[in-house]
Amino acid sequence: MSGQTNTVSEISAVLPDGSGAAAILSAGIGSFAVAVFAIAADKSAFVKNLFVFYKPTGALSGETTVAILLWLAVWAILDLRWRKKTVSLRPINSITLGLLVLSLLLTFPPIGDLF
Amino acid sequence: MEITTRSLWTLVHGMGFGALYLLAVSGAIVALYQRYPINAPSQSEQRSDRFLGIYLSIMAALAWLTVLTGTYIIYPWYRATPPAGTAVLTAFPRSLLLANPATKQWHLIGMEWKEHVAWLVPIVVTATAAVAIRYARDLKHHPQLRSALLGFTAVSLFAAGIAGFFGAMLDKNAPVDGGQTIQLVKGE
Repeated sequence: MSGQTNTVSEISAVLPDGSGAAAILSAGIGSFAVAVFAIAADKSAFVKNLFVFYKPTGALSGETTVAILLWLAVWAILDLRWRKKTVSLRPINSITLGLLVLSLLLTFPPIGDLF
Repeated sequence: MEITTRSLWTLVHGMGFGALYLLAVSGAIVALYQRYPINAPSQSEQRSDRFLGIYLSIMAALAWLTVLTGTYIIYPWYRATPPAGTAVLTAFPRSLLLANPATKQWHLIGMEWKEHVAWLVPIVVTATAAVAIRYARDLKHHPQLRSALLGFTAVSLFAAGIAGFFGAMLDKNAPVDGGQTIQLVKGE
């Protein structure tokens, strides 16, 4: 009887996975943004100048600051929308893995320079 | 025995925050992999959940300290432009590397990759810490979440490894040096 009570209370206490999904997908988007902004600044002098937030560090300061702000904004929005929901994590994990692999590849200069 | 302030900062950035982060990653991977069997949580397991949350938070703090010191303290010294006509480039590591065909790829590939890929680390490890703290023992009900955290930790190890490797090689070929000299031990 007590075992049954434990099982029921455990199941009822399970948190929906939406909040975790929001953290995961937004991290993938934020990482991808770092790579995209790095390529954009490398290809366009205009974008490069836009990203110079702190002169001694050059465009890297803006590329990373904007990517971090974008990541945090996406995280906050997704968390608000998904917090109480159960979402399908498998496709979210796959998309995030794809974004992370792309981020690693696109930040590698010989690949980033192809664009 | 002396050290310059710039050398000291590169040590704090690389051998301090960065190396500590790399050391911590393997512990996090093992902890995440071994956790969360389906059974009722004991008191020691609850303490262990809290410990993992704190451990991952410290890793996130180390990752942020590493990229922030690297980007805003050391990188400006590295990329400083030498005044026209400067013959000795040792105080200008980027220019020193680019001036020699045998070393220029350390900058063009090494630093260009390192300065961006390193920023992936605090992003993924902060997300990992946040999920581990929010879900704690409840992660046992979400195997997909746990897999994602393991994947994030592995990606952070790879990215931090790239940054650490190139950081060491860049410092070997064109060290960031200069500033005030700090005397650690007086000579006899």
